[in-house]
Amino acid sequence: MELLNQVTQFVISGLATGSIYALIGLSFAIIFNSTGIINFAQGEFVMLGGVLTIFSLNVLHLPLLAAILVAVAVTTVIGLVFERLAIRPLKNATPLMLIIITIGASILIRGLVMLLWGKDTQALPAFSGTDPISVAGATLLPQHLWIFGVTVLVIIGCRLFFNHTISGKAMRACSFNRRAANLVGISVGRMVLFSFVISAAVGALAGVIIAPLTMTAYDVGVMLGLKGFCAAIMGGMGSGLGTVLGGLILGTLESLGAGLISSGYKDAIAFFILLLILFIRPQGLFKKGETERV
Amino acid sequence: MKSDRIKFLVFALVVLLMPLPLSGGYLTNVLIFVGINSVLALGLNLLLGYAGQISLGQAAFFGLGAYGSGVLTTAYGLNPWLAMIAVAVCVALFAFAIGFPVLRLKGHYLAMATLGVGVIVNIAFNETVDLTGGPSGLSGIPNLSIGSLTFDSDLKNYYLVWVFALGMILLSLNLVNSRFGRGLRAIHDSEVAARVMGVNARLMKVQVFTLSAFMSAIMGSLYCHVMTFISPNSFGFHFSVELLTMIVIGGLGSVYGSILGALLLTMLPEMLRTFQDYDIIVYGLLLITMTIYLPGGLVEGIPALFRRLVPAKKVTEGSDA
Repeated sequence: MELLNQVTQFVISGLATGSIYALIGLSFAIIFNSTGIINFAQGEFVMLGGVLTIFSLNVLHLPLLAAILVAVAVTTVIGLVFERLAIRPLKNATPLMLIIITIGASILIRGLVMLLWGKDTQALPAFSGTDPISVAGATLLPQHLWIFGVTVLVIIGCRLFFNHTISGKAMRACSFNRRAANLVGISVGRMVLFSFVISAAVGALAGVIIAPLTMTAYDVGVMLGLKGFCAAIMGGMGSGLGTVLGGLILGTLESLGAGLISSGYKDAIAFFILLLILFIRPQGLFKKGETERV
Repeated sequence: MKSDRIKFLVFALVVLLMPLPLSGGYLTNVLIFVGINSVLALGLNLLLGYAGQISLGQAAFFGLGAYGSGVLTTAYGLNPWLAMIAVAVCVALFAFAIGFPVLRLKGHYLAMATLGVGVIVNIAFNETVDLTGGPSGLSGIPNLSIGSLTFDSDLKNYYLVWVFALGMILLSLNLVNSRFGRGLRAIHDSEVAARVMGVNARLMKVQVFTLSAFMSAIMGSLYCHVMTFISPNSFGFHFSVELLTMIVIGGLGSVYGSILGALLLTMLPEMLRTFQDYDIIVYGLLLITMTIYLPGGLVEGIPALFRRLVPAKKVTEGSDA
């Protein structure tokens, strides 16, 4: 019974962090689908969400909701500027160049945040208290509920946007075939910009809701970004349910592994899963394989 | 070919005479690390610049070399030279084994996979406290020695490191001008086309990956004996990115570019001591601007600038006369 309770507890916290991975995975997929770029600076958007909220709250003394809005808005603008300054000037960029540029942007953002706000780890207060709620012998924090709620809302929002609005459909058209999309009058450049904006916003939001649980600092982006990428890979780089499932599976496995085997190797577990997926099923867990096109 | 050999001889002569005016001072010490970083950058450049395969886990191989030698010589009292060879062979075998599944991946996926390998290895350095001393590091590593000659001063270590480095630079120069090197460049341009022409792309990618791991491991061993202290921080993701920055600045697909990049990026933080932790801002800016405006790196940029200036001079001379 003792063990069962423990396992329930690990699964609950795993699902919560898994939701975050799912959101980050989603933000990877949004950019990937309209541009074919894996943005190595994605984790920095997540970090910015948390760090900027804390800054708005503690230094600007804004109320929590306003602080969150400011943080997400500023991160979105940074995503926009990043696309304009670093991605758009490149014509006919190779994947290699894009990898190098996004890595450059990632360490640049990290360095600037360190310069502006120092290296301290900071915590964001939980949105609605820390009184635990008892569920099936395990405890659930109010913040967990916030995470599940926001994740579900964002996923529904993305689904509606991509399936039922003109802009969303246009972005999907770009992901299927950029040239054809261009021919029917879609401005591909603008869609690429949109994808960076939406992706930065989703990433920042993920960073905001996880900050009360895990604390945040200038260097949390690398790990969060990589795990979000892992979730996206598991879901086959789609922006749908596959990525969400991938994130939840990753979060749960990681939490169980950390709790039952060794907490020091928590991050290693995630990367081990990442490597396994890349080696065995690089097309994702839930998709059929595609043949390489020349 | 002959001019290549002369170029290398001049370079080697400069390297070997360099310490004389410095007389074993602080700069000699910095140049030891330039030597180590040159080879590490060169290993990555063979992989990335020539074969077009990115690796963000190079620091792992460097670290495995350093920790392998460090642990074997302190805890097990093995002869350092023997340890160096054994560790380098083991690291090369490890790279060869993981090379097949890893290098089947391309582009972004390859970058992520190598990054994953790097992070896992770094976590292992931190967590296997009994063996590696964990985050607080491993100390008391002996200096290397040949007979009664112990490499315990900067000057001696300079020659130790640079003799190894020159050997590997020569090897790389020969390699890139061989059938193998041409094969690598063919893979870079189009893997499918290369395979159609009879290049065994899959094997060659793994071979060059293994070679770069081997070179990194040897440098790791030298590093641990020069420093006599190592800690996991020196072998993390940050260092892999630093190596990447070196070859992007120096020049992708250029042996001397790797050395130039290593020289600049090793000297720069030393000169700008105040920057310390903020060097990543400079690296970030350099990676972005170089890739956008000077994708060939400085080895292409400087001659291009020179060519642009020289004809301009001739015109003015002509107008004078």
